[in-house]
Amino acid sequence: MSGSHVDLQADRVAPPRPQPPLGLLAEVTHRCPLRCTYCSNPLQLDPKSVELDTETWKRVFSEAAELGVIHLHMSGGEPTARRDIVELMRHAAEVGLYTNLITSGIGVSDAQLDALIEAGCDHIQLSMQGADAAITEAVGGYRGGYDKKQAFADAVVARGVPLTLNAVIHRMNIHQVPAMIDKAVAFGAKRLEIAHTQYYGWALKNRAQLMPARADVDRTIDEVESARERLKGTLVIDAVFPDYYARYPKLCNGGWGTRTFSVTPSGKILPCHAAETITHLDFWNVRDRSLAETWYDGPAFNAYRGTGWMQEPCASCERKTVDYGGCRCQALALTGDAAATDPVCIKSPRHAELGALATMEAAVCDPGPAVYRGFRIGQETERR
Amino acid sequence: MDRPNAIADETVPALPRGVKFREDKARSRFVLLGPERIFEADAIATEILKRVDGKASFKAILTDLTQTFTADEATIRPDVEAFLTDLANKQMVSL
Repeated sequence: MSGSHVDLQADRVAPPRPQPPLGLLAEVTHRCPLRCTYCSNPLQLDPKSVELDTETWKRVFSEAAELGVIHLHMSGGEPTARRDIVELMRHAAEVGLYTNLITSGIGVSDAQLDALIEAGCDHIQLSMQGADAAITEAVGGYRGGYDKKQAFADAVVARGVPLTLNAVIHRMNIHQVPAMIDKAVAFGAKRLEIAHTQYYGWALKNRAQLMPARADVDRTIDEVESARERLKGTLVIDAVFPDYYARYPKLCNGGWGTRTFSVTPSGKILPCHAAETITHLDFWNVRDRSLAETWYDGPAFNAYRGTGWMQEPCASCERKTVDYGGCRCQALALTGDAAATDPVCIKSPRHAELGALATMEAAVCDPGPAVYRGFRIGQETERR
Repeated sequence: MDRPNAIADETVPALPRGVKFREDKARSRFVLLGPERIFEADAIATEILKRVDGKASFKAILTDLTQTFTADEATIRPDVEAFLTDLANKQMVSL
């Protein structure tokens, strides 16, 4: 296959050949016992009937390792909802990928956990919705979830596998950031991600219910800073801050088609997990194409690679190779044009509007009920 | 708190569970991997990390390095200590 993309590139003006990808986010299923209102999965979830089969996922993992992928993030949905998850894990480990299981911890039995570890699971990332049962269960829409998560965390730590907790932060739990940091230490986690909600998929739909106030965000920045210093050597804290209040946009996934990519449950190969929202792009599928030809030559990957696609103010901006114009999905969702400057950027004509929108949403005392994630959109609304 | 840089001779540096040191063939280099972490090892780091096997003591690693590269132990010791301590603070090596 390497011969074919060299030939294709000779005939057109293309950006320099990209480096191979470092990470693959494999969304092996969209099925999940939790119904988190902040979920970044698409509103239109893939049903079980269209999921890739075992052999196809194994081929995908082999191709990923061959292409140069180092970290495999086995995610979903809830990846352990797949009956073949142990077989998939074993194969990924055998082909030399560093395997990270991203799980809700719900419904994973001790026997299944033992089998996953024996199969070569290197690291486990457990989602954390809150520091207590009330918030955890209100956000995840799953009664009894808190105790199950605690039991799962204990089981992982008892087996010596490094555990990361991933706490997605928003209006409903932002007051619990210090308590969640304490919880992570009590659980014996090695790492904690304080990840402020990024507004895609279900989170975008529920933005009015999730958007925190600026003052609360600023407070968590200080809380994380002081905890980092205090817990050095005990707990590593990685933090992602919400960009609606920022001055410059985030470098989307390390740059479009630059560091990582995703494969959806039905096999679509995406530059990032939200990219399907850019509906005019042509996404190739692992059923028809190799990962290598898609990474180097897929039209969706080349659409926003480099700087050639940029408009003003990005095209003449001194930061254009710093943040590459920010997030394409966010540009489309908020301006209607995927090639526009991400409105998070202070140079975007829409920047002031965005900050005002966030401030206004956060100021509403009762934004009404959030919509729980589910296969049938809009049918699972409940009181927050 | 950061740990002091000094490492005792008998300390046995090891890679904690979940940390792997391996060749990255696609990029012709060696990497130290942790969850969400890729540490690219330069030539010197690679020589040190190749000797961190959970069996060799710090003293044995130093002796091996000084013999292999005909270096003076007193000269390299602070650098190796600083390197391993920095990784230990990031939980990429246990001391």
